[in-house]
Amino acid sequence: MITYIIRRCLLTIPVLVGISMVSFGIVQLAPGEPTALFIDPEISAEDREAYLEHYGLNDPIPVQYVKWMGQILQGNLGYSLINQGMTVQEMILARLPNTLLLMIVSAIIAFAIAIPIGVYSATKPYTLKDYTFTTFSFLGVATPNFWIGLLAVTFLSVQFGWFPTGGVATLNEPFSIFDRLHHLILPAVVLGTSDMASLTRYSRTSMLDVLDQDYIRTARAKGFKQGKVVYKHGLRNGLIPVITMTGLMLPNFIGGSVIIEKVFNWPGIGLLFIDATFQRDYPLIMGLVMVSALLVVVGNLLADILYAIFDPRIEY
Amino acid sequence: MSDLLTIENLKTYFFKKKKVIPAVDGVDLKIKKGETIALVGESGCGKSLTSLSIMRLVPKPGGEIVEGKVNLDGVDLTKLTENEMCKVRGRDVSMIFQEPMTSLNPVLTIGEQLIEVIINHQKVSRPKAREKSIELLKIVGFSRAEEIMKDFPHRLSGGMRQRVMIAIALSCNPKLLIADEPTTALDVTIQAQILELMKGLTKEFDTSILLITHDLGVVSELAERVVVMYGGQVVEEAPIDSILNNPYHPYTDGLIQSVPSLTGEIKELHTIKGNVPSPDQFPKGCRFAPRCHKAFDRCFNEHPDLKAISDSCSVRCFLYEDKQEEEEYNV
Repeated sequence: MITYIIRRCLLTIPVLVGISMVSFGIVQLAPGEPTALFIDPEISAEDREAYLEHYGLNDPIPVQYVKWMGQILQGNLGYSLINQGMTVQEMILARLPNTLLLMIVSAIIAFAIAIPIGVYSATKPYTLKDYTFTTFSFLGVATPNFWIGLLAVTFLSVQFGWFPTGGVATLNEPFSIFDRLHHLILPAVVLGTSDMASLTRYSRTSMLDVLDQDYIRTARAKGFKQGKVVYKHGLRNGLIPVITMTGLMLPNFIGGSVIIEKVFNWPGIGLLFIDATFQRDYPLIMGLVMVSALLVVVGNLLADILYAIFDPRIEY
Repeated sequence: MSDLLTIENLKTYFFKKKKVIPAVDGVDLKIKKGETIALVGESGCGKSLTSLSIMRLVPKPGGEIVEGKVNLDGVDLTKLTENEMCKVRGRDVSMIFQEPMTSLNPVLTIGEQLIEVIINHQKVSRPKAREKSIELLKIVGFSRAEEIMKDFPHRLSGGMRQRVMIAIALSCNPKLLIADEPTTALDVTIQAQILELMKGLTKEFDTSILLITHDLGVVSELAERVVVMYGGQVVEEAPIDSILNNPYHPYTDGLIQSVPSLTGEIKELHTIKGNVPSPDQFPKGCRFAPRCHKAFDRCFNEHPDLKAISDSCSVRCFLYEDKQEEEEYNV
């Protein structure tokens, strides 16, 4: 098991290097450059040139990449071009906890709702309740999260005033768990909506398949009641494909958080990402890309390990 | 010997899109204590469904027991609630299935799958149940029983898995063991071992067996009496010797003719022409008539009843009805 985990960890290194090369190239392809935003338009061409020269922005892209990579290997993500004096590390670390909190709570809500509904639908397939859940799942999959977010803000926050419209906490108030949760609940639910919907479908299909297996008939023939048959003999088998899906869904949470953080004005790395992109703050963009890539890779790694724990047939 | 299981006029139908499919259509069956009975017939004749009806495990939605009694030791199983039935399954009646490769749960250890039945039906502690499981595994022929307890099913071969299934089935000393084609998926040498094992164990545990099979070799090995099913009904019932040497019903005769013989002259293997009709389109008269080479007019128009023609044999065929009536007339 341990050698499997080590081997799997080592495999992530080439993946991360590949991601860094591709995204470094893509970022440079976008039109515009950092000077356009913050330098006085009246500035002379020589000064502008000197600025670009000073920050190494005139170097060929491969040279820039090698320089950047050299610093990364020394644990330095670079300096923000826009927010002078701030390191990329500082900026990301200041925002990352907010995003992780949002993602984790969102994932927990999605799983806690999706799997029981999926299992329930599978035990009572083709009934009114099953069709109702199915309809809502399809709606959830088909509706973009940001739109649900906008509706939620419009109605639940603005019209009814049940929830704050955004932010992590009420300003100028002492810290309180309740206040934080109150701010967290809406973005967390909205961020997880489409994944919750597709997870419901996956767990339903997977459980339907499992409940039709011979070993379920064996479990019934042993005299177990429905609950034990479904949860002890069915669920563990039914969750195996769902775990695989979880690994694939992680990018959705990270990508989704970029938009949802904008909608709910949630100060996480998603919001930072949008700002950095519009300002062409190359070091910050690259830092954020690498952090997101790392999150996805680690998430997939965890899914693989869980998979091996859940399914004894996996040889590693 | 008294009767352990009495099935009377059992009817299990499937309801699909307003169509009624009489898959089991009025089956009568008796099993005495300690007796082994074989239920024989082609695929689709309703024999597996009969056994699932006894266990009340008819596939749902769609399948339903619509009529009849299943008496086990004086208790009508069709009248029990689901909770009461859960106490019968695995304790009084247990089952071995055709597919040993898929009948064990792949994510639970062999030990867990044995222990859980014992704990479910008997008031014993987990360590006691563990001891009993190891003992059972030894009885079914595992010398390294303690190691097997920790193994997962995918590490065992088909024959070994079927042994585990037998151990699970016998773990609570059931009164009746239903074996649904227990050797079909195994290779021939393993088949013999499994049959030998079942034979010995049921003697030891004093368990009756309902053996469901289409393999007449298996039947002659294990069973004392044979019940032949066709089209959801019993067409012949007789002791094993009588049926192998002197089958009455043309269908039984056809089945026996279809078994290749190692001795005797080499000739083309007999086949019964055609297929079992689908249960929703049974013919009006005798259900076997369209495939029967002895069929006459009456067979196509009237439905024969199952009638006793001697102390131990009964048959559902007009060929013998006249003979019987004649005999009655002569007496």
